[in-house]
Amino acid sequence: MPDTQSLVNDFVIKLKRRKVEGSHATARQTAELLRSVISQQRVPYTNQAGALIDAVKAVGEQLVAANPVELAVGNIVRRVLHIIREEDISLATNAIGGLGLSVGSDDEDDAAKDDHPALSAAAVAAAFRSTLRPPSLHALLEGVPDSGAVPHASSSGGDSEGKSKSADKSTRSRKLKHDVIEAINELIQDIDTCHEQIAEQAVEHIHQNEVILTLGRSRTVMEFLCAAKEKKRSFRVFVAEGAPRYQGHVLAKELVARGLQTTVITDSAVFAMISRVNMVIIGAHAIMANGGVIAPVGLNMVALAAQRHAVPFVVVGGSHKLCPLYPHNPEVLLNDLKSPSELLDFGEFSDCMNFSSGNGAPLLHVVNPAFDYVPPNLVSLFITDTGGHNPSYMYRLIADYYSAEDLSLQQRPASGN
Amino acid sequence: MDSRRASRMVIDPKPKVRQVGFFTPGAPPERTKSSPAESLSSPPTSDMSPAGNSLSPVMIPPPRHASDNLSSSLGLNSSRVLPVPVPMSPIRRPSTGDNLNLPLGSYNPSESLLGTSLSPSSGFDDEGLSEDTSTSGWFVRGNPGKVASSFPSGGFDTTAMKSRNIPVVSNLTTVSVVKMPPGLSEKGGTLVEVQHEQVRDSKLKEKTSKAERRALQEAQRSAKAASRAEGSKTAATSGGVTAANAKPAKAKASQKKEGSSVASSDRKGPEKDRKKDVPHPRMQFDDKQRVEKAKRRAVVKQTEARNRVELFRHLPQYEHGTQLPDLESRFFQLEPMHPSVYKVGLQYLSGDTSGSNARCIAMLQAFKEAIKDYTTPPEKALGRDLTAKISSYVSFLIECRPLSISMGYAIRFLKNRIAKLPLTFSETEAKATLCSDIDRFINEKIILADKAIVKHAVTKIRDGDVLLIYGSSCVIEMILLHAHELGRQFRVVVVDSRPKLEGKALLRRLVSKGLCCTYTHINALSYIMHEVTLVFLGASSVLCNGTVYSRVGTACVAMVAHAFRLPVLICCEAYKFHERVQLDSICSNELGDPDVIAKVPGREDVDHLENWANNENLQLLNLMYDVTPSDYVSMIITDYGMIPPTSVPVIVREYRREHLWM
Repeated sequence: MPDTQSLVNDFVIKLKRRKVEGSHATARQTAELLRSVISQQRVPYTNQAGALIDAVKAVGEQLVAANPVELAVGNIVRRVLHIIREEDISLATNAIGGLGLSVGSDDEDDAAKDDHPALSAAAVAAAFRSTLRPPSLHALLEGVPDSGAVPHASSSGGDSEGKSKSADKSTRSRKLKHDVIEAINELIQDIDTCHEQIAEQAVEHIHQNEVILTLGRSRTVMEFLCAAKEKKRSFRVFVAEGAPRYQGHVLAKELVARGLQTTVITDSAVFAMISRVNMVIIGAHAIMANGGVIAPVGLNMVALAAQRHAVPFVVVGGSHKLCPLYPHNPEVLLNDLKSPSELLDFGEFSDCMNFSSGNGAPLLHVVNPAFDYVPPNLVSLFITDTGGHNPSYMYRLIADYYSAEDLSLQQRPASGN
Repeated sequence: MDSRRASRMVIDPKPKVRQVGFFTPGAPPERTKSSPAESLSSPPTSDMSPAGNSLSPVMIPPPRHASDNLSSSLGLNSSRVLPVPVPMSPIRRPSTGDNLNLPLGSYNPSESLLGTSLSPSSGFDDEGLSEDTSTSGWFVRGNPGKVASSFPSGGFDTTAMKSRNIPVVSNLTTVSVVKMPPGLSEKGGTLVEVQHEQVRDSKLKEKTSKAERRALQEAQRSAKAASRAEGSKTAATSGGVTAANAKPAKAKASQKKEGSSVASSDRKGPEKDRKKDVPHPRMQFDDKQRVEKAKRRAVVKQTEARNRVELFRHLPQYEHGTQLPDLESRFFQLEPMHPSVYKVGLQYLSGDTSGSNARCIAMLQAFKEAIKDYTTPPEKALGRDLTAKISSYVSFLIECRPLSISMGYAIRFLKNRIAKLPLTFSETEAKATLCSDIDRFINEKIILADKAIVKHAVTKIRDGDVLLIYGSSCVIEMILLHAHELGRQFRVVVVDSRPKLEGKALLRRLVSKGLCCTYTHINALSYIMHEVTLVFLGASSVLCNGTVYSRVGTACVAMVAHAFRLPVLICCEAYKFHERVQLDSICSNELGDPDVIAKVPGREDVDHLENWANNENLQLLNLMYDVTPSDYVSMIITDYGMIPPTSVPVIVREYRREHLWM
């Protein structure tokens, strides 16, 4: 435990200092950290899942507090929690199915299990995940609430897990931990391969002689474009440089290295150029449950310009960027203000710092936000590793990955402890 | 356009009638005559006033005429001196200003024919003769003489004073042209004449663009058609007479004179119209031939930039950084360039002077210096030579950096003033007049206009407002400072963008004046826009369709403000309005130095694009301007008041008239 604690602390410090850049790296490191936390966690005989969940939540809370803007941390913590619950349920299902103890339970999960008592863990998980699972005829006829309402179901599932778990012994505990770690490994793998999976869809969206605009740098976008290039599509890319970080320069360099026709423009020229652009492809920082996007600063402007000229605005991003939260006042709560020195040289402007109004407040403020919020109505399409989706469908996609009970990651432990 | 031209054509025949005079019934001729009469009547001293009276549209035609007169005067001596004509010349002269832009006489051949045919017919009766003689003098006065002759017969119309005047004036010149019916031309024109004309023609032709020539031809054709009905009549009457022309030599001379003058005047009429409607086409830099030609003339050695963006082939883009040292090294060799002009050119090139007002003022001041030091070379007319000089300066400045729209207007103004200088003025007088004109322009069009704008705009700033401004516009800075002086409590958000980062300097000035400022970059617009209540933007120009041509990024700011439902106020002096229309930012723009995009000052870590030019797949685009659609603009504040963008064409129209009045 102490070594996990030190690991956690290290990571917290890294997050606090913004040493970890990018949601992809953050997500991966978070998942790895949680994996080690879980593997180090001593599991009691009773209520194993509960113990794991508590442990993950405690760590998760620290991580999220360390960098509340980096939504990928919270996403991964929730994903891990969800994994634990799923694995636990599937184990319980097996056990229950074997023991035939489910009689009398009016829980929806149990109702589902009643229908398919002999399902394997994977099958149950898949059943939970499948978004389009129709309500079973039996459930409809009997008036039994179906597990279509997954989030609610799993919230009440906690109790039943607890009960059923108590009946199980060490073999199951090993199995649970083992399964969870396996699943987390899969998650990490997913995160690693999401670029390729997204890039595979590139040829379906990019045609010959297309003109594509992007802003800043996103590895997903880069892979996406390069994948289309590799399929012998020839097209032209405008890269807005993305001041004040100028990641666009990096992207341009990478694209040119892969043989793409690239033109670097200033951010201010976006509106001028967008009339000649066929498609805007950008990477997101996070995708919110309402279909809005938290993206590098400047993209709302690009989205507005694209809307004005009816240019499709496509957001690419792995599923680890899906965030189950809704953006309330996103400019304030979900933003990160960076150092003003990126905009103004302190030395150059030191003489202006002395000026102040009568009450001592400084006259000069410098605002350097890191992110923009792009409302869902400006987004034409999301391309994730599971395919293309409408902004309005995002909430459902998110329901597949997260348990509703984990949504309030921060508050619950706070109030509970 | 067509209708207008047609009407003019209709008018033209009348003059012809008048010339024939006695044959045709009186009503239309009277009118035409009246105008000449009026011009005549104006006292010689009031050279300016007639121009002032005449409405703007007409102005240009007379100048053409004048130019011809000038040229003719150079070539031939005036056999007779008429006291009356002198006053007229100043009026006509304005045309010389245009000469530079508009090549002379591209159309000449047909014109000359017309002229020749005409003269014989006119020569027939007394009136015609007198006219011929006067014109044959090859003098400027020729026209006045004509007028005089016509005058007695025609009633003196005071009503002519109206806007009609101008057309009338043009009529005067055009009359002869209109007259000649195709059939007639053979009789009058002698071979010698034609040849002569053609030589001249070929010379002139170079200057005119194909489009212009075609426009002219078209106009003439229509004129001919219109006149034909009349012409046939006159031909019938005068036909016999012409054959028996008593004084062929004289007729010849007069013809030639007439022909040229007519040609110029005639051309001018339709062309003026056309020009008004369709601004002169700009140089397209993907036109290899023309680029080559321009290159040969260029003072500044420019090397084409590598890795040019495909979309912008039509715009000039040069290797920056090479011209400056080159020019500097040749500082003492550039004989024709006045040092002050040279200095301004270097300032443009290095970017030390930017902002359309500042550039315009710098240019005018330089021209003023140049005019002060100017001496007319022997055997040259001040008007012509100075105009040519100014033109060479202008082309030098263009090579340093493409002109802004405001500068184009100022140059037009200056040339106009030179053209309008009375011939009677001595050199010192003329120079003093021009200098005061320039000062007046700077004062009225820029400084006072800014004051008026400030006065209007300040009324829109209330306590507690948060104003967003973009880039660095001097008039907006004045507005803010003035509002601050008035004690309004407001905050300013200065939005800036790469690569110029002009907002920094503005921010520094504002803060040092005690304004509360927030500084951010253009990407953070959506973030900062929540607190903003009003957006003030400057403009490089406002185009006729209400779009605002301004520093790149202005459109983004206006768009985001529009999305947040905030009022967007554009502050722009009316002299920057332009009759051009533009839908996107690509057809017409200016490309800056692409290297400044690769380098970020103060951020040595951003060096990913070093040696970018070595990779042909990579291009950097440094657009200077963009076009803000008019629906993002709530209001345009000008020196004439606060107007919606839809009213821009009105201002342009009215303003243009005023411009002619000046």
